[in-house]
Amino acid sequence: MPEPNQPSPKEKNKNIKIVKDATCTFCGCVCDDMELTVDLDEHRITKAKRACVLGRAWFYEHTLEDRPVVLIDGKEATLEEGMDVAAQILVDAKFPITYGLSDCTCEAQRIAVDIMDTINGNIDTTTSVCHGPSGMAFQGVGESTATLGEIRNRADLVIYWGGNPAESHPRHFTRYAVTPKGMYIPNGKKDRTVVLVDVRKTPSTPVADIFVRVKPGKDFEVLWALRALVKGKRISNDIEEQTGVSREMLDDLVYRMKNCQYGILFLGMGLTMTRGRHFNSGAIYSLAADLNEYTHFVAKPVRGHGNVTGADNVVSWQTGYPFGVNFNRGFPRFNPGEFTTSDLLARGETDAAMIIASDPASNFSKKAIEHLAKIPVITMDAKETHTTKLSKVRFAVATYGINTGGTVYRMDDIPISLRPAFDSPFPTDQEILEGIRQRIRKLLTGSKARTAF
Amino acid sequence: MDPDCNSIFSRPDSIVAILFQGSNIVETMLLVPGRSQSQGTSLNKGKLKDEYLVVTATAELNENDMRRLKLVDGDKIRLASEVGQTVVACKAKKQDDLPEGMIFIPYGPSSSQLMGSDTAASGMPMSKHMEVSVEKVES
Repeated sequence: MPEPNQPSPKEKNKNIKIVKDATCTFCGCVCDDMELTVDLDEHRITKAKRACVLGRAWFYEHTLEDRPVVLIDGKEATLEEGMDVAAQILVDAKFPITYGLSDCTCEAQRIAVDIMDTINGNIDTTTSVCHGPSGMAFQGVGESTATLGEIRNRADLVIYWGGNPAESHPRHFTRYAVTPKGMYIPNGKKDRTVVLVDVRKTPSTPVADIFVRVKPGKDFEVLWALRALVKGKRISNDIEEQTGVSREMLDDLVYRMKNCQYGILFLGMGLTMTRGRHFNSGAIYSLAADLNEYTHFVAKPVRGHGNVTGADNVVSWQTGYPFGVNFNRGFPRFNPGEFTTSDLLARGETDAAMIIASDPASNFSKKAIEHLAKIPVITMDAKETHTTKLSKVRFAVATYGINTGGTVYRMDDIPISLRPAFDSPFPTDQEILEGIRQRIRKLLTGSKARTAF
Repeated sequence: MDPDCNSIFSRPDSIVAILFQGSNIVETMLLVPGRSQSQGTSLNKGKLKDEYLVVTATAELNENDMRRLKLVDGDKIRLASEVGQTVVACKAKKQDDLPEGMIFIPYGPSSSQLMGSDTAASGMPMSKHMEVSVEKVES
């Protein structure tokens, strides 16, 4: 029997490395208990112990691809040439923007913010089309919050609203909120009641003790009715007709919420991407706050991409605002709808874009994509995407967390260090951004600093 | 609602309008794009790879809706909204899993073609609950 954590006999002739406590950066769970077996000869991860189905795909599919490091107008170029052209595009633009940032390290995000500050540009992250509305609600009503560790150890009532973690965050159930045994939850799932609220049944539904099907677009009404019932107020008699949720179900939920020891409301994009957006998120935050008159209750968004929470943190500590930040006047301004990328592109207001680790050409509205195709675009991505295809300067980069170290934030705002598995010949986002920053500083030296407008 | 529709009837979960254009039945349904496991695994292989493109271009419909529209698994349907249209394959889901009048599709290039750009001053386009017309595309 091989020793635990040692290569198997079959692997002994190979150049194998074991990386313990590695971090998966695919989704916002940012699980940092991975044990990776790395074939250093083939530059690939062959085993990812404890990884979920999405984590395994993340680790196994990120190998070293045969791609040029830099393409300018579709032609191969050197890294230096790529950074020269990128810097010139950004300096020449009247309204340059940077977007993405959720799949790179905080160290890279920090430089991207500084670049946009330097050239009076606009910085936005994938948060704006993810939990941006929850960020807006957070500013309006606050957040009764907790870490996932606290939830794992204490929560006996777990409510998922508008999300499908079984498919989007598979280990959310097993590592944090449903099955694990905790300090005050000694029997794991047996000590918890799990509620799932959604417009359709999903693979997450069987995990729930109670499934609440709400009519599409009626989440706000259900949440507001729950707030009223928690406070002992009357609600409309036609609530079931309006929302699809019966009065009996609402009364049962209210009883459970008021009488649990520790409750958590996890909110998904079923709330932020539908009619009501930040009002939906605000309603769920307010419900959690209201319930603290009776018991301990918290609310947390279930965040998507690996380091999208890091992007919120970095942009917030650098500018004071979490996303959609504009430096046109020489100081940061925040206004969702005005300075968020989807809107800027759809209105055709920007004349150059630096897209880092995201794919707006696949995920944005048709109008926004059409404008993106008309302007010079700089992309940094570990894979080819619809956005890299339409870009003027495209950098192939090392994969964060697999080829690079650095810092990422878990969805509950906990920073975690990365342990890379194998080296990559591709530069990191951080290195490219640093190169562009240096070039921009040189280009602006001796000339008048960019005029704020 | 389209003034030319022949009949309108209420469902527990949505309003469905039915039109007859030639021999084709065209219905208005609610499109709910979202994450799926196969979308998540295939995007790691690459967003330009066939697997991802197929996954994000396959819509799930209620089995009764499929029957009424004379559709079987794998048939092509045209989804159209006010801003665009796309042709995707379809797959049946049981009545209990997906309500009548609702379509699920994994997020991707196909669903983006149908998404409006208005964000109601939030930065977030209405990415779920899009009203779309549905019709069979004859092969």
